[in-house]
Amino acid sequence: MAKVYWNDFWRGAGDVSPLLIAYAPIALIWGAVAAGQGFSTLEAILMSGIVYSGAAQFVALDLMKSGTPLSLLTLAIATVALRHVLMSASISRSITHFEPVRAAVQLFWLTDEAWALLERRAQHQKLTPAYFFGASFPLWPNWVLFTGIGASVGNLLGDGARFGLDFAFAGIFIGVLAGFWKGPRTGAILVASAVTACLAKLWLPGAWYIMAGGAAGMAVAVATWREEEAT
Amino acid sequence: MSAFSVDTAFLIAVLAMGLATYATRISGYLFLRGREVKGRAKAAMDAVPPAILMAVIAPSVFLGTWIEWAGAAVAFTSAMLRLPLLVTIAAGVATVALLRAVS
Repeated sequence: MAKVYWNDFWRGAGDVSPLLIAYAPIALIWGAVAAGQGFSTLEAILMSGIVYSGAAQFVALDLMKSGTPLSLLTLAIATVALRHVLMSASISRSITHFEPVRAAVQLFWLTDEAWALLERRAQHQKLTPAYFFGASFPLWPNWVLFTGIGASVGNLLGDGARFGLDFAFAGIFIGVLAGFWKGPRTGAILVASAVTACLAKLWLPGAWYIMAGGAAGMAVAVATWREEEAT
Repeated sequence: MSAFSVDTAFLIAVLAMGLATYATRISGYLFLRGREVKGRAKAAMDAVPPAILMAVIAPSVFLGTWIEWAGAAVAFTSAMLRLPLLVTIAAGVATVALLRAVS
C-alpha cells in the first residue's frame, strides 16, 4: 500500500519537475518586485506561502502600492483567482472518489500549472490522491523558496522598475494567453474583455475592471456559441 | 527595516487574501462536484481563463505609455511564435527596461 502510494507520488513529482525550474525565475522576479516596494524578505515569504498564487500576488503588490483598503484588496484577489473556481469545478469530476477532507486539503495546492498536469493525467488514468499530491505540492516550497531569494536579492537591487521588472507580470500573462488561442472566437472574447476592462478601469473604483472584462468575454462566448460545436 | 520585520496590517491582509484564494480553489469542488456543464454554460466557463487574463493586463498595457505598448508587442510576438514562457517574459521586460533607459 505504502509502496504504491509513493510510486504514484513520485510519478506526479516527476511530471511537475520541469515546472519547478520554469517557475523559479518568475518567483525570483516577484520577490524582487515585492522588495522593490519595501516589503521585507519574511513578508514576501509569508505572502507566497499563504496567498500562493502568482497572478494574485502580482496584482496584490500593485494594489497595496496604491493603498487599496483591505475589503477591496481581498475582493480584487478573489476576482483574479476566480478562474480557480472553474479549474476546481473541472477537476472535481476526476476526484469524486477522494475522501472529502483529503480533497479539501489537497486543493490548497491547486495552481494553474498543477491543474493542467492533473487534467492531462485524468484523460488517460484514474487520478489517485498520491499522484495529485506529487504533481501539485512540490510547486509550493519551490515558489516560497525562490520568492524569498528574490526578495533578499531585490532588496539589494532597489527599484525594480528601472529593470522593467514591473512589466514581468504582463509578460507572463501575454505568454499564458497565447495557449488559450482557439481561433477568431477567442479574438472576439479578448477584444471584448480588453475594451471593457480599460473602460471599467477608467470609470469604476478598485479592481472591478477584472470582473467587468471577464464578464464581457464570457458574454461574447455565450453570444457566439453555436449548437453544433457542443462537445 | 530588517529582512524579518512583519507589519501587522500586512499580515492581516495576507491572511484575508489567502482565505480568498483558498476559497476559489475549494468552491468549484464543493458546488460542482460531479455535475456536468454543457452548452452555453460550458462556453462561458471555457471563456473565463482568456477573458480574465486579458482583463487583468489590458489597463496596464493599453492605458500605459508607448513603452508598455512596445513591450506588450514584443511579448505578444514571442508568444505567437510559441517561444517558451520565460523567453516571452524576458523579451517584454528587456524591451521596457531598454526603452526606459534611452527615453
